Amino acid sequence: MKQPDLKPESGPGLAPVSLQEPVLVRLERAGIRKGADWLVRGVDLTVSPGEIVTLIGPNGSGKSTTAKMALGILKPSEGRASRRPGLKVGYVPQKLAIDWTLPLSVQRFLRLTNPLSDAQCRQALEQTGAARLMKSEMRTLSGGELQRVMLARAIARHPDLLVLDEPVQGVDYAGEIAIYDLISEIRSSLGCGILMISHDIHIVMAAADQIICLNGHVCCRGTPSDVSKSDSYHALFGARAGTALAVYEHHHDHVHLADGQVRHADGSLCSDCPGDHHDHTAEGHDHSMDGHVTDTTGRDEAGKRKDLGNAG
Amino acid sequence: MLDDFFTRALVAAVGVALVAGPLGCFIIWRRMAYFGDTLSHAALLGVALSLLLEVNTTLTVAVVSVIVAVLLLFLRRSDTLSSDALLGLLSHSALALGLVCLAFMTWVRVDLLGLLFGDILAVTRIDIAMIYGGGGLVLCVLALIWRRLFAATVSPDLAAGEGLQPDRTDLVFMVLTAVVIAISLKIIGALLITALLIIPAAAARRLSSTPEQMAVVAGLTGAASAVGGLYASLHYDTPSGPSIVVAAMVLFAVSLVPGGLIVRRMVSKTRGDRP
Repeated sequence: MKQPDLKPESGPGLAPVSLQEPVLVRLERAGIRKGADWLVRGVDLTVSPGEIVTLIGPNGSGKSTTAKMALGILKPSEGRASRRPGLKVGYVPQKLAIDWTLPLSVQRFLRLTNPLSDAQCRQALEQTGAARLMKSEMRTLSGGELQRVMLARAIARHPDLLVLDEPVQGVDYAGEIAIYDLISEIRSSLGCGILMISHDIHIVMAAADQIICLNGHVCCRGTPSDVSKSDSYHALFGARAGTALAVYEHHHDHVHLADGQVRHADGSLCSDCPGDHHDHTAEGHDHSMDGHVTDTTGRDEAGKRKDLGNAG
Repeated sequence: MLDDFFTRALVAAVGVALVAGPLGCFIIWRRMAYFGDTLSHAALLGVALSLLLEVNTTLTVAVVSVIVAVLLLFLRRSDTLSSDALLGLLSHSALALGLVCLAFMTWVRVDLLGLLFGDILAVTRIDIAMIYGGGGLVLCVLALIWRRLFAATVSPDLAAGEGLQPDRTDLVFMVLTAVVIAISLKIIGALLITALLIIPAAAARRLSSTPEQMAVVAGLTGAASAVGGLYASLHYDTPSGPSIVVAAMVLFAVSLVPGGLIVRRMVSKTRGDRP
């Protein structure tokens, strides 16, 4: 996994960052060594306001380690990590181990690192579709519920930088898409930069501005379509990876409402589902989460879909 | 009022328990019971040193415990040994080393049983001043770092990522624990200090719905066990430390039985309006 060549990486699709724009976090040739082994090495990374950077890669490829370097939890053994002074971070860690002896309600957990009013707590939980969990005990939550609560806590802080380590692990498929939609929405409403880690290449691809594919070092980087065409990406993820973009960026022509009705793209309602869920063959459809409709009808772009055919 | 040895012991034990309760909550939340054991066993080494150098026992014990705590923090960070094995190693080495040192000092007569299990006859006015002065300070500092310490307890990574510097808070917390161990040594004895930290906190768990509430209930449960234990100790002529611990254990058992439900309801009724 060692990278003998220490020349700075200049990926083909590196998002251009203007010099005036304050970069939120920057890693330069950063690496972490544990004993004799490098967990990850030679990572260059910047996250600017309003940008979504996604780290992908197999297990043990150094994704979480890279995020922890960016956050300052781990000090790089080589290279540099810098953050904008006064940077406010919202962090969703990969794991949360709470002892059963600790009485901790969801509401109290939301207030863990900064004070929030009841209304602010409720609003954040509503955004992630977890409002009914407000008074629940943290240790009774399921995996998916925990993710929604952790995400709510991170966004309630109104952070400059949101760091999400596997934000949809354990979340059901419909919820997963809703959460990714929410993440894009947060990016535009808060204008924060987002550093995200995911195994789930299928869904990540469409939302990210920049993808960094790790395998102990940066194996490739660029925009989703650059990465999906890269040889090293295919070598790492196998043949099915090429279809990743297509699976997500299909068009929903109708939405299932909480009351069982179906709303079509033209706004009309009917009581049952026509069965053909999409205007093309990709799988999956969007059930509304927690009663809130996640309407994706504005997303259709015929040109994009044509590209996807090629990518697959 | 403090002329009577028993009153002195009572006042001292209640003071110790009130401080040990809230601190003990953090010990169990952070799964650090064995860590507390290690520090309290190291206290015996502190006693031996204080006798050798003829300096104040409580201060020496506090200093030795702090040194061991910092040592542990460093060893744990270097990841060379699993922290379980490390704690076991240090805990028993410190205990054995303390006992060997005491045995070597033939010129001092030490009440070993008193050191290991507590001795209510030995409590002086100075001890009481130390307990209330030191204990009050511990509670003040704990209140100051509460939010940070609590965040670091729930998730160290999260606290570090959001800029709360959990390493510093951890260090302060260890010093506080060392101080509590030093001031409770005479009452409870080196072998059982951890019990006074852990058992009242565990008993409080069933009766509390917020962390703050649990800290308060743990302090009160500890104080109740101290009073009950000391009276039993006087009545049955048993060593004070084990008696207090048995009393705490009884309270823990009570918190488990369905009758505990009534107490829980009472507690939540009196505190129900607080978030």
